[in-house]
Amino acid sequence: MSEPERIPVHSFAPAEVGEIDLYQKRERIYTRTVEGFFQRLRLYTGWPLLLGYFCVPWLQWDERQAVWFDLPARKFHILGLTFWPQDFPLLAWLLIIAAFALFTVTVFAGRVWCGYTCPQTVWTSIFMWAEQVTEGTRNQRMRLDQGPWTANKILRKSAKHGLWFGVAAATGITFVGYFSPVRDLVVALPTLQANLWEVSWSLFFTLATYINAGWLREQVCMYMCPYARFQSVMFDQNTLIVSYDSKRGEPRGSRKHGEAAREGLGDCVDCQLCVQVCPTGIDIRNGLQYQCIGCALCVDACDSVMDRMGYARGLVRYTTENALLGKPSRLMRPRLVGYSAAVMLMIGLFVTVLLSRVTVGIEALRERGQLYRESADGSIENVYTLKLRNMSQSAQRVRVGVAGIEGMELLGDTAPRLEPGEVLALPVTVRVARGNVKGGKDIVFDIVAQDDPGERSSAESRFLAPTGP
Amino acid sequence: MSSSWSIYIIVLTAVMIVGSFLLLFGNRTRPADSEAKTGHVYDGIEEYDNPLPAWWLYLFVITLVFAIGYLIAYPGLGSFPGMLGWSQTGQWQAEVDVAKARYEPVFAKYREMPVEQVAKDPEALRMGQRIFANNCAQCHGSDAGGARGFPNLRDGDWIWGGSADAVRTTLLHGRQGAMPPLGQVLGEDGITNAAHYALTLSGTLPAGAESAAGEAAFKSICASCHGADGKGNQMLGAPNLTDDIWLYGKELETVKHGIRNGRMGQMPAFGGQLDADKIHLLTAYVLSLSPAR
Repeated sequence: MSEPERIPVHSFAPAEVGEIDLYQKRERIYTRTVEGFFQRLRLYTGWPLLLGYFCVPWLQWDERQAVWFDLPARKFHILGLTFWPQDFPLLAWLLIIAAFALFTVTVFAGRVWCGYTCPQTVWTSIFMWAEQVTEGTRNQRMRLDQGPWTANKILRKSAKHGLWFGVAAATGITFVGYFSPVRDLVVALPTLQANLWEVSWSLFFTLATYINAGWLREQVCMYMCPYARFQSVMFDQNTLIVSYDSKRGEPRGSRKHGEAAREGLGDCVDCQLCVQVCPTGIDIRNGLQYQCIGCALCVDACDSVMDRMGYARGLVRYTTENALLGKPSRLMRPRLVGYSAAVMLMIGLFVTVLLSRVTVGIEALRERGQLYRESADGSIENVYTLKLRNMSQSAQRVRVGVAGIEGMELLGDTAPRLEPGEVLALPVTVRVARGNVKGGKDIVFDIVAQDDPGERSSAESRFLAPTGP
Repeated sequence: MSSSWSIYIIVLTAVMIVGSFLLLFGNRTRPADSEAKTGHVYDGIEEYDNPLPAWWLYLFVITLVFAIGYLIAYPGLGSFPGMLGWSQTGQWQAEVDVAKARYEPVFAKYREMPVEQVAKDPEALRMGQRIFANNCAQCHGSDAGGARGFPNLRDGDWIWGGSADAVRTTLLHGRQGAMPPLGQVLGEDGITNAAHYALTLSGTLPAGAESAAGEAAFKSICASCHGADGKGNQMLGAPNLTDDIWLYGKELETVKHGIRNGRMGQMPAFGGQLDADKIHLLTAYVLSLSPAR
């Protein structure tokens, strides 16, 4: 922090001890709209993501939804890929990669995730826009809230909440649409044909969106989100953060437009615009605070004022603590390089694993009821139930084999056809001439797709036989 | 539940809910100027006795309101059954009904089809195999190859008959195969001779002095069930002794043991747990296992 002694300390100690409210009351934040480079950047990065969220469930792929997380069937379809519960580690790795990518970005540029792409921010902005449309600008909203309940106020308020609920319902239903085919869902919900789960989850996500983006807003970031609290361990003196250049700005003070800076005054005209545009209601001039989500709206606000005053832009800007202190600032540093390398490596491995995924699978369950049996000719038989999986999206004919013992025979349907997504329980008998095995021996079942010998998998089991002659 | 227990539980639950309300709201505020502490001290650190934040308080209130609503709607207050009339067996029955309605068209397709035809339908056989795996494989093996004492269903040899009707009867009503103990009747030498004779019928042992000595006993005692030629009797479930298929093993000692102590084979009845549609599919599946006749 740069020279904190310049920032006046305000005492909020109560004048007299009365009924103290122990918990902070939320002060309603009325954000002023602002236009500028970062606001546009946010708009242009946010809209494609938002459109993606709402449109992706409507894409079709071979007679089914292209992205469909089918929980009852335990199958996640993403375009041409179908993921099974066996692929769960992939999801874990994907989340780990996402976490590391977040760390990398945080080390480099602070909480840009929060400011630009976090759903909490994006939906809050949509709701603020709805507020702007129905209740007017910041000043109009404040007047409306303070004023009496007139017909106009009731109309505007109900229009706002109606709009909020509309957006929230679209969000909630779309979310459920990723899990329950959206084309059926949008028909089933209004005609009351949807099942209890679809209805209750749609309602839940609608309400959650409405409450989060409409009422809780910055409180989610301040009190609920863990990322806000552990950001400080990822920040260092070379992390890009939204900062007020107090060296240049202080001492702040208002002045007439066009008037040259009065003797001793810094560039900050103390217009409070940076405070009014802040979605979390903080004053960036107090330095880096945990509430700051790095959205840079204050940068846009300040730049517009600097332009009008004829001062250079960048009194509030993305910069590093080192730069503010006049020290050399190094963006590329071992920590950032290390994080980036780790993310790149993990993405490479992930893609490799994803591409080399085998679509046939086999499990061997040894018969529990008996050790072995003798057939009429005296040879020894063991029974297994093979679980054969076809994880691809087309039917496959496979070949099943067994190895491990000289002259062993596999009896049963060794060339079954597996429907797409089928798990076939196939009982088989393994026969070995008496005396070839004493006691027991490990064997290996394998499965090969007949059309593609690269698609193969195997499972170990054990063959048991009498220990005697 | 007796009514006194029921009343005890109702009173206890009501007292708990009311008590929770009182406790919650009794601690809602604290005197303005007091620095009330809980009295807990950890390493010199004391703890203020502050009331709950509002959102937390209301979460508790919601749980209490939910509890009251739940206890009115569902069984929970003693023997009060709840306004919704929900019960575990009712829920089970509802789920069974849903499953029945869902699978009805699948079963209906095969209901009128003769068993012999069902036995050639791959879709029906897959269903039959699953029913077999759940109900029959424990004894007969997943591959239906049997085990010692449990017949092999794939060899075309039937103890109780291999017609569709016979198999269906076996599945519906079960079978009790009883080989009486003959140790007292035959004596130890008689057992040895009879066993030798029985084993020569299938050619497992060559004929000799002992089998010749056993023939008379076989004709007078064993033949009443297994037949004079040893070909068995499917009416009685007496196995054919001439085909070299041995339910309990073909070692001499094993056969002697069987003659001396008798055998009790039991096939349980499945008519009680599997409905007619499933028995139909299962019959077809079992018939499909045998080599073509």
